[in-house]
Amino acid sequence: MQDLWIGCAAGGSGDRVDAARPIVDAMIAAGRRGVLTFENLAERTLAFAQLARRANPAAGYEPLLDEELRPVLADCLAHGIRVVSNFGGANPHGAAAYIVGLARELGARVPRVAVVEGDDLSDAAGRALLAPLLPADAPGRAFVAANAYQGALPIAQALREGADVVVTGRVADPSLTLGPALAHFGWAADDWDRLAGATMAGHLLECGAQVTGGYFADPGYKDVPDLARIGYPIAELAADGSCVVTKPPGTGGAVTVRNVKEQLLYEVHDPAAYLTPDVVADISQAQLTQVGADRVRVAGVRGHPRPDTLKVLVYFSGGWLGEAEISYAGPNAEARARLAAAVVRERMGETMPLRFDLVGRCSIFGDDAGRMLAGVAPGDAHDIRMRAAGRHDDAAEIDRLLREVYSLWLCGPAGGGGVRTAKRQRLSSVACFVPRDAVPATHTFVS
Amino acid sequence: MAADASRLPLHAVAHARAGDKGNHSNICLFAYRDEDYALLVAEVTEARVAAWFAARAPTSVRRYLLPHLAGMNFVLENVLDGGVNDSLNLDMHGKALSFHLLAQEVAVPRGFLPPDPMRAAP
Repeated sequence: MQDLWIGCAAGGSGDRVDAARPIVDAMIAAGRRGVLTFENLAERTLAFAQLARRANPAAGYEPLLDEELRPVLADCLAHGIRVVSNFGGANPHGAAAYIVGLARELGARVPRVAVVEGDDLSDAAGRALLAPLLPADAPGRAFVAANAYQGALPIAQALREGADVVVTGRVADPSLTLGPALAHFGWAADDWDRLAGATMAGHLLECGAQVTGGYFADPGYKDVPDLARIGYPIAELAADGSCVVTKPPGTGGAVTVRNVKEQLLYEVHDPAAYLTPDVVADISQAQLTQVGADRVRVAGVRGHPRPDTLKVLVYFSGGWLGEAEISYAGPNAEARARLAAAVVRERMGETMPLRFDLVGRCSIFGDDAGRMLAGVAPGDAHDIRMRAAGRHDDAAEIDRLLREVYSLWLCGPAGGGGVRTAKRQRLSSVACFVPRDAVPATHTFVS
Repeated sequence: MAADASRLPLHAVAHARAGDKGNHSNICLFAYRDEDYALLVAEVTEARVAAWFAARAPTSVRRYLLPHLAGMNFVLENVLDGGVNDSLNLDMHGKALSFHLLAQEVAVPRGFLPPDPMRAAP
């Protein structure tokens, strides 16, 4: 059976929107009826999408859906390239309707669009299901939303029934790749090694350019050619579950064993047990081989039976985050910045957890409690941005923090400049696990 | 440290990427040259990584060895101050922690020649 080409043109909501064109062009040039995926749902993205939909019932799907699909939808439909994505977010039917309308506007044939559901547990029934499953330390805050990570089977079934486009809400990211592979190769749902192979192909694809040289360059150590024009990945899946990771011709970036190694372990804990709704993948014996320019073969992935439960992320209101910054530069800058931090700390007292950074001296490696910063002896850095951050349930208290930094302009150390302040609502989340039978996934066709 | 050894930052011999899951960070670390893998195994132990990240107060540090990839995966539990939901860090995902690990120094034998990564086999 012929290999299945699966490309990934986004690694998150807000990723570049010009990535799909080279992937689609490569598939057309090769005469491949492949699959184009977009991964648009990071952990928090969906909870914010739920809030967006409550504010506007027409919203809640990927805000850049039009920018992602408009350049390629007509060609995908004309050349039999299927589109599979979680860009449905909190409103997959809204996304599906938009795609049908977009196809009409483009003068393309009207696509068969399938919507995969069953992930959203935000209603009363979902909350009742989850209540006894939440950990004892679940936040005692206002419930916002809950979504289960669904798997590849409903995606595969929709494709077998002729879907041109499959729109999902929350599914495990690698399921966007495994679903098409199941439909194409006809693997049994318990063919664990092959499922695990395609799952890890999906894992490599799901962050877009992170496997083609993105998030990799370290000048002089790991140089990446033409990073500004980086190509997004294509996995050529074989019937045995192995794949070759590559990228469209003429694009920037590179696919080397080194990039693929880093992405293979990205967000993985135990390499012998990578849990997904579809299979437990084991990469402890996986082999990576450079088989050509920008071509890395991934083989030797093994699989074990899927878990009996599905992971659910439950979101709660998380209060407010406030951040404020001011810069000091030139002679004695570090001492002035340290004094500014001390003034804000004294003025704020013990009203909220506070964190201070001396950007240019010690910041992102440090811990919130300031243990690392406390160990950094006062020095003579000449360009420091002092940052104060705090969280509180009461927005008025956050406003007070921001004003204390703002007023450093007038009553703080000499020469402070460039105050910027920001305040935003946060969400907190806890994970729990539900029996998979309790949250069945469904797919329906719209037209 | 042995008298015939000198020290180099890990960055000279290895590359790394960090990822987050909730309040936990994983950092994968790979030798540029396969022959330096044994050096990583000997020098970059769970105990030394835990000590290097002491300011983050990890509740556990677990190392998974990947000899066929000349690398290893570290899982540092509860080091992200609550992670993407709760941390006050600019880098609430702990994305930069890979380079904190790479700043850790390791002992290398006298006369050790670090790789020229761009010339080493990919």
